[in-house]
Amino acid sequence: MAAILPYEYKYLRAKKKFPHVWCPGCGIGIVMGSIIRAVDSLGWNKNDVMLVSGIGCTSRMPVYLDFNTLHTMHGRALAFATGVKLANPELRVIAVMGDGDALAIGGNHIIHAARRNIDITSIIVNNFNYGMTGGQHSPTTPVNAITSTSPHGMIEPDFDTCALLSAAGASFVARATVYHVVEMDGLIRQALEKKGFSVVEALSPCPTNFGRANRLGDAVKMMEGLRDNSVTAVKASGMTPEELAGKIVRGVLSEREAPEYTELYRGLCARVQGARAEVAP
Amino acid sequence: MIPWGETRLVQGNEAIALGALASEVRFFGGYPITPSTEVAEILARKLPEVDGVFIQMEDEIASISSVMGASLAGARAMTATSGPGFSLMQEGLGYGCLAEIPFVLVNVMRAGPSTGLPTQVSQGDVMQARWGTHGDHPVIALCPSSVRECFDMTIRAFNLSEEFRTPVLLLSDEVIGHMRERVTFPRREDVRILDRPIPQTPKEWYEHYHPTPSNVSPMASYGSGYRFHVTGLTHDRQGFPTRRIDEVVEKMARLKNKIVRRLDELIEVKTHNVEKSRVVIFAYGSVYRSALAAQVMLEKKHKKVGVFRPVTLWPFPDREVKELLDEKDVIIVPELNQGQLIHEVERLTSDCVRILPVQRVDGYAITPEQIVQAALEVM
Ligand SMILES: Cc1ncc(C[n+]2csc(CCOP(=O)(O)OP(=O)(O)O)c2C)c(N)n1
Ligand code: SF4
Ligand SMILES: [Mg+2]
Repeated sequence: MAAILPYEYKYLRAKKKFPHVWCPGCGIGIVMGSIIRAVDSLGWNKNDVMLVSGIGCTSRMPVYLDFNTLHTMHGRALAFATGVKLANPELRVIAVMGDGDALAIGGNHIIHAARRNIDITSIIVNNFNYGMTGGQHSPTTPVNAITSTSPHGMIEPDFDTCALLSAAGASFVARATVYHVVEMDGLIRQALEKKGFSVVEALSPCPTNFGRANRLGDAVKMMEGLRDNSVTAVKASGMTPEELAGKIVRGVLSEREAPEYTELYRGLCARVQGARAEVAP
Repeated sequence: MIPWGETRLVQGNEAIALGALASEVRFFGGYPITPSTEVAEILARKLPEVDGVFIQMEDEIASISSVMGASLAGARAMTATSGPGFSLMQEGLGYGCLAEIPFVLVNVMRAGPSTGLPTQVSQGDVMQARWGTHGDHPVIALCPSSVRECFDMTIRAFNLSEEFRTPVLLLSDEVIGHMRERVTFPRREDVRILDRPIPQTPKEWYEHYHPTPSNVSPMASYGSGYRFHVTGLTHDRQGFPTRRIDEVVEKMARLKNKIVRRLDELIEVKTHNVEKSRVVIFAYGSVYRSALAAQVMLEKKHKKVGVFRPVTLWPFPDREVKELLDEKDVIIVPELNQGQLIHEVERLTSDCVRILPVQRVDGYAITPEQIVQAALEVM
């Protein structure tokens, strides 16, 4: 078991909220560790960090962390986060969501948050199913996969989360896996630093539901799967489509510079007030 | 921005927007829907002038969610909607009640069910306002009957929401919302704006749901240096999820008691000649105006009727109805629905009292003549 470093304690509601609810072998805790290390490496004050989530195993995360924390309704993390950010733009707002949370019930909110390019970092823990409710299919469940609501195999195609959010207007889009932890630390840090809407999709095993239903083995086996089936974006750029088939591409997948929403809004206020001052007697 | 002390021709929805600005609203998140849209349109124009935020969200679920996020970050926040939008906001409304988040939700009622008659009046959402969310908790709902009241009651709704740390519903209707009336605005110094109670405790001792005699806990904002957790799970005093029976019971009791123990501050009714009349019209919202007109018309025919109006619809004025209406011969209950508050009146009066419904669900207002006719049948 990895040792808990003293600086991680600084960010945990260690005495109050542990043990946590996650299953042995679940990857969500690894993502939490990455968020802690990324925030710590940036030297951010805990008072300035706002962690918002929806509902699901992933969305249980905020209760364990000693930031400003808000556990909202299923799918609505980004809608709440938008209100928080606009009311207090000084807060560094992070939203953690499951794949169902972010892309099924919250799909409308995430494309519009990306389109507005509001300065929120979204961390989507993609475990390919609905963990919390017992392993039903989600918008990222691969074709043919077995879940409790696709017992005969999934027939719907899945979303390419990163391509979707890049197309919707996000400023920064990256994919990580919980096997490649150091890489994930760095990607989350880059996403946090990026002004505008940034996304990290973190692939993570759900051995309890998705793993068992699809006979993927235990948590270690599933982690090995993430190791063996993924390549970095740099490496992928030199590979043929045939070679890339079935591979997960990790790393920064898109980045752009665009005006950020809360700044645009402040600019609008200044413009409106300036115009009024001119017409005033 | 507010025509304090002046007299103007104003529309009901405009008066709500002005009342919100008078209350120093600093966040509006909404989605356009007739007949409430003017509230959003006016605030879209005005809020940037005072560094307030207006945002048109992608739907009503997002709207109410953004409003709660903003309120938790310290802004006075509101949304306005109608019909289908009100249905979409129910889960969020329940979240706001449980997590004890102050905000104002305006519902300008239109005829349903479903898309119904989008431009026409109704009082079909009165029970939805009370029971629309899942779970079980009290709510506060106010109901204006004039344009001036739209202004005053928006201010009162903000004050109550901040003071009681809970969402407050303003149940207007299409007639009130779109009507224009001459309004003399109050003077600035005559209007009270109340703030939410803020914590005085050191940051490490802060409890977001600390028990108090009033059952309302002082409330810190995100970013103030007080770090706290908010969840829609039933929670303990610190806001952390709990299933401990004593903590769950305490939370649920507090949610209830903070409202039912302060009915005197919440309940408002208006009465006209109720004590002297054997026949009373029970009416609210735009229908109350027709009731007053009917009262005058009946008086000309030498028939005396009283008018009883609940201004606060929820919590329902049980005591006032019991005290003032239980001995009457007839209570006429005109409503723009198929019978909603009539059941509350029935619940609170004995079988000897005859309760006479006058109902309309065709999207048109109940006229004074309809009420007069009903009265003449029993007098
Ligand atoms: C409105 C609503 N619908 C359904 C649910 C039930 N529910 C809770 S979590 C969840 C899915 C969680 O899946 P995901 O977002 O992928 O998160 P995970 O548990 O896998 O981390 C569902 C459907 C709910 N809480 N609220
Ligand atoms: S059900 Fe799956 S996602 Fe949820 S805690 Fe267990 S392993 Fe993790
Ligand atoms: Mg999931």
